[in-house]
Amino acid sequence: MTPTSLDVERIRKDFPILSRELPGGRPLVYLDSGNSSQKPAAVVETIREHLAMHYSNVGRAMHVLGAESTEAYEGARDKVAAFVGAPSRDEVIFTKNASEALNLVAYSFGQHLWRGTADADPRFTLGPGDEIVISEMEHHSNIVPWQLLAQRTGATLRWFGVTDEGRLDLSGLPELITERTKIVSIAHQSNVLGTVNPVADVLARVREVGALMMLDASQSVPHHPVNVAELGVDFVAFTGHKMLGPSGIGVLWGRAELLDAMPPFLGGGEMIEAVWMDHSTYAPIPHKFEAGTPPIVEAIGLGAAVDYLQAIGMEAVEAHERSLTAYALEALREVPGLRLIGPDSLELRGGTLAFTLEGIHPHDVGQILDDEFGIAVRVGHHCARPLHLRFGIPATTRASFYLYNTTGEIDALVRGLLHVQKVFG
Amino acid sequence: MIGESMYQELILEHYKHPQGRGLREPYDTEVHHVNPTCGDEITLRVRVGTAGRIEDVSYDGQGCSISQAAASVLHELTAGSTVEETLSVVDEFTRLMQGRGQVEADEDVLGDAVAFAGVAKFPARVKCALLSWMAYKDAVVRSAAL
Repeated sequence: MTPTSLDVERIRKDFPILSRELPGGRPLVYLDSGNSSQKPAAVVETIREHLAMHYSNVGRAMHVLGAESTEAYEGARDKVAAFVGAPSRDEVIFTKNASEALNLVAYSFGQHLWRGTADADPRFTLGPGDEIVISEMEHHSNIVPWQLLAQRTGATLRWFGVTDEGRLDLSGLPELITERTKIVSIAHQSNVLGTVNPVADVLARVREVGALMMLDASQSVPHHPVNVAELGVDFVAFTGHKMLGPSGIGVLWGRAELLDAMPPFLGGGEMIEAVWMDHSTYAPIPHKFEAGTPPIVEAIGLGAAVDYLQAIGMEAVEAHERSLTAYALEALREVPGLRLIGPDSLELRGGTLAFTLEGIHPHDVGQILDDEFGIAVRVGHHCARPLHLRFGIPATTRASFYLYNTTGEIDALVRGLLHVQKVFG
Repeated sequence: MIGESMYQELILEHYKHPQGRGLREPYDTEVHHVNPTCGDEITLRVRVGTAGRIEDVSYDGQGCSISQAAASVLHELTAGSTVEETLSVVDEFTRLMQGRGQVEADEDVLGDAVAFAGVAKFPARVKCALLSWMAYKDAVVRSAAL
C-alpha cells in the first residue's frame, strides 16, 4: 500500500446506497457520478443532525440556534476555502449550483449595469466589438449564460474548437484571444470527453491581452487536487452534488478585488449594508452575493463532504480514478464497434468515458444496462449539444467514475455492452 | 428483465428493417419534430390522395429503436386509410402511451402498434414512441389547412 492508495471496499461501506438492491434483486453498479455523486453516511448524518438539533436562520438570529447555524454555515465556507486553496474565505460565494455561479459572473458584465455611476470598471463594461470566448466542449451551463450576455450587450461570442482526439484546439490561440477579448470561460475538465484542459497555456494568452478567465471546475474539483491560487485564473465555479455533497449548493470562487468591483447579482436580505427608499449600499463579500436565506444545511453538508474527501486525500482519489480509467480504456477496446469520444490515453484526462456503439442508440444501451444489469450510466448529449454536433453524433453513452467504483464494475459494464449488442445484433 | 419486455420482437424487427423509410415525392406537407431531451429527430412527409386517403407517409430521422420502430409502424398503419381513420389510431396510441401502463390497448384499432404497450411503463421513453406520431398528426392537420 502506497501512501496514496485507497481502500475501495472500506470506502464503499461508507455509502449506504451502494449496497442496496434494485427491483428484481439486481445489485447497483453506479457509473454516473459525473452526473451526480452518491453521499457518504457522514454527509447524510451531518445534515440530519443539523436539522434535528441546531437549525435556525443564519446571520441574523440573536439566539443560540442562530449562532450555532451561523457558525456551521460559515464553518463550511472555511472548509471549502481551504479545500480549493482560496487565499481568503471571503472569496468563496455560496450559490445554488455551478450554473448560478457562472450566471453570476456573466451577469456582471455590461455597460447598462454602470449607467449613472461614476465608477464603471472597464474590465466589466462590455459592448459591441468586445468578445467573449468559450469552447465547443462546454456544458450548456457555460454556454447559455454567455449567449445571453452577448445578446444583452451586443458583444460577440467566439469559440475554441475541439480536435478529433477531443482536446481543446489551441492552434489559433493568438487569433482567438485578442485585445477585443474581455473574458474567457472554459471547462477545467470536460463532462463528456474527460479531457483536462491546459489552463496555463490559455491563461498566458489571456493575461497578454488583459482579459479575465473563468473555469467551470464542476468536473475537476471533485476528482483532483485543485488549488485556485496555483491555477491563477480569476473565477472558478463548481458544485456540491458532484463531490459527495447534497444538491442545492454550488460555489463561486473569485479574486476578492474583482468580486469587490462587480455589481451585485441578486438583491434581497443579507446582501445589503443599508437600504433607503432611493438606493441601497451593499454588504462586503461574500454576503454581497448571497441574497436571501441561503441553502444552509446544503452548505453544511458540503462542508462534511469536504471533510470526508480530505480525510481520504485528493491525491488518493485522483490516483484511484486514474487506475480505473486506465483499466476501462483497455477493457472497452474489447467491445467491437465501440467508438470512444475523447482521449484514449491517460494523459490530461479524468475518469469520464463517453462512447458510441455502432448501430445502437445510446438510449437503448442505457435502458438495457439498467434493466438487465443494474448499471447506471448517462445517455444523451449530457448538456453538451455543440460538442456532439462537432462529432456528428446525436448522443453518447457515458460512464463516469468516482472514489467508490471498482474494476469489477467496469467488467460488468463490458459484459453489459456485449449483451446489448446481442439484443440489437 | 423489464427492459426486454419493452423491446418486443416486433419492435426490434421494425427497428432493424424499417418500413417506408426515406423521404419521397410527391407530398403535401413536410414537418420536422425533435425531442429536445434526447436529440431524436424526424422529418416526415404526408401525401393525401383522393377521398381523403393517405397515399404515402415518408420519413427520415435518427433516434433510438423505440422512436425509429414507431415511425415504421406508423407508416404501415396509415397507408391506404382515410385521414379520419388514422387520427383515431393516433388518439388511441397516444392514450396507450400516456396511460403509465394502466391502459388496456385496443388491438383492433392499433394492430402492430400494441407492441409498444410496454413502453408506457417507462415515462422517459414515451416521448420516443410518440415522436413520429405527433409529427404525423401535425402534418395531417397542416395539410387539411392547405
